[in-house]
Amino acid sequence: MKQKIKEEIYRCIFAVLAFSSLVFLVGITLTLLTQGLPLFREVSFMNFLAGTDWYPTYDPPDFGALPLIASSAFVTLGAMFVCVPLGIGSALYMNEIAGYRQKSFLKPLVEILAGIPSVIYGFFGMVAVAPLIQRIFNLPTGLTALTGSLVLGIMATPTVASLAEDALSFVPNSFREASLAVGANRWQTLVKVVMPSAGSGISTAVILGISRAIGETMTVLMVTGGSAVIPRSFFQPVRPMTSTIASEMGEAVFGQLHYNSLFALGLVLFFTTLFFNIIAEYISSRYRLKLGMGR
Amino acid sequence: MENEVEISVSDLSFYYGKTKALKNISMDIYRNRVTAIIGPSGCGKSTFIRLFNRMNDLVPGTRAEGRINIGGLDILGTGVDVVELRRRVGMVFQKPNPFPKSIFRNVSYGLEVKNVKDKIYIEEMVEEALKNAALYEEIKDRLNDSALMLSGGQQQRLCIARCLAVKPEVILFDEPCASLDPVSTKKIEDLITELKKDYTIVIVTHNMQQAARVSDYTAFLYFGELVEYGISEKLFTVPADSRTEEYLSGKFG
Repeated sequence: MKQKIKEEIYRCIFAVLAFSSLVFLVGITLTLLTQGLPLFREVSFMNFLAGTDWYPTYDPPDFGALPLIASSAFVTLGAMFVCVPLGIGSALYMNEIAGYRQKSFLKPLVEILAGIPSVIYGFFGMVAVAPLIQRIFNLPTGLTALTGSLVLGIMATPTVASLAEDALSFVPNSFREASLAVGANRWQTLVKVVMPSAGSGISTAVILGISRAIGETMTVLMVTGGSAVIPRSFFQPVRPMTSTIASEMGEAVFGQLHYNSLFALGLVLFFTTLFFNIIAEYISSRYRLKLGMGR
Repeated sequence: MENEVEISVSDLSFYYGKTKALKNISMDIYRNRVTAIIGPSGCGKSTFIRLFNRMNDLVPGTRAEGRINIGGLDILGTGVDVVELRRRVGMVFQKPNPFPKSIFRNVSYGLEVKNVKDKIYIEEMVEEALKNAALYEEIKDRLNDSALMLSGGQQQRLCIARCLAVKPEVILFDEPCASLDPVSTKKIEDLITELKKDYTIVIVTHNMQQAARVSDYTAFLYFGELVEYGISEKLFTVPADSRTEEYLSGKFG
């Protein structure tokens, strides 16, 4: 009897631990909603999403978030052009071309890159990348969307590389052998058999890399210059949603519209990353089915 | 029919690092015959036949000595076109390994990587290969379905069809029935007997009954050494070497 009660207690403890993620998720969603939604009592939803002026401290204030959303999209898109080729390229090299020794040296290296705090990437961007961009393109400032894209892209590369490498290593060796045995060369095997088999895993890697880039705050705050206008080129300063929240939260007064508007930006971010994560999860569950692992 | 030599192995040794996995093997394998390689696990059977299509090239730190002559070419030589060799020497693996593609694309794959563009020719070859692999009747209405929908036995016959489509001269079977049920095994064995009319077949198996059923010649490998090689009937009834006799009677292995 006593034993039974004891087991029941253990069961409860672990259940509470397991369900805590759910509690946090609900809590975060509720916080965002209760603090963000009051904005829309004063500002229409369309005016928030499509408005082109962000002057939250003017009188009367403007809460057009389009420049911020566009900046985020710009920087993230730019980052994709960096992290997708770099990440997938390194994954392919590590898994398909490098020998055992090179791989056991490269993989931890990539993982170290993933562990560097984002503020350090920010320093790197400010000191190394920004002046370079300024000099090469002869710009008034080096703190541009391009700089942000490059640094974010480098930051997201380890995520993409590491996950894509996992996806490639899940491709059974028997596929490679089968392909080579009927007279395919290594390149054909890679392109026609290995890549398609790992395809959904690789797309998951890319999507998770993107959602990492969208949510990144410190780095973009430090290297993108922070001008809240709709970007027309990669060579001008931009102000993504994340850095807006981080830089304005200090001056926003609790309970005021400005404060609410920052939470509303948070909501946009939250649902964007949620959307990407759900897609990634959907693709990877299909991928497991395809290779006949788990069901 | 006269016995013609298809593969001639002479003084072949193979090393994994410093370990000598195959020890000075010499034997002739005959055209249009089924040659079985038997022996206990880890005796080097698979290593041996994987040299015939240079599959061991994929394993780092290995080295082969000696000669394997297939159709007048020493295939262990450095200048050998491995891709071309693998078209001549096909292989069917222990576990069925169809690609996660359609049934049709699985069989046409070998032609696709050979850059064959003629669609009608490809269709003919796929159909012929599937017929020769005794699979066509079962799946002719669903060539575009995923190969992974097939049963294990069907998958293995699909892998045989994939191998036949590039018209090899030799087919290597590496324990092709190890993961199959008795009914599927029977089908594969019948197929092998049928295929030897057109191909030279080497089959690795640790199932002695299977070797006795399908093969004309049998080689017994023991710790990398070729202990005995000869006509199957004779090897299984009156083995010349005491180790062969002990293995056949189940004293080890």
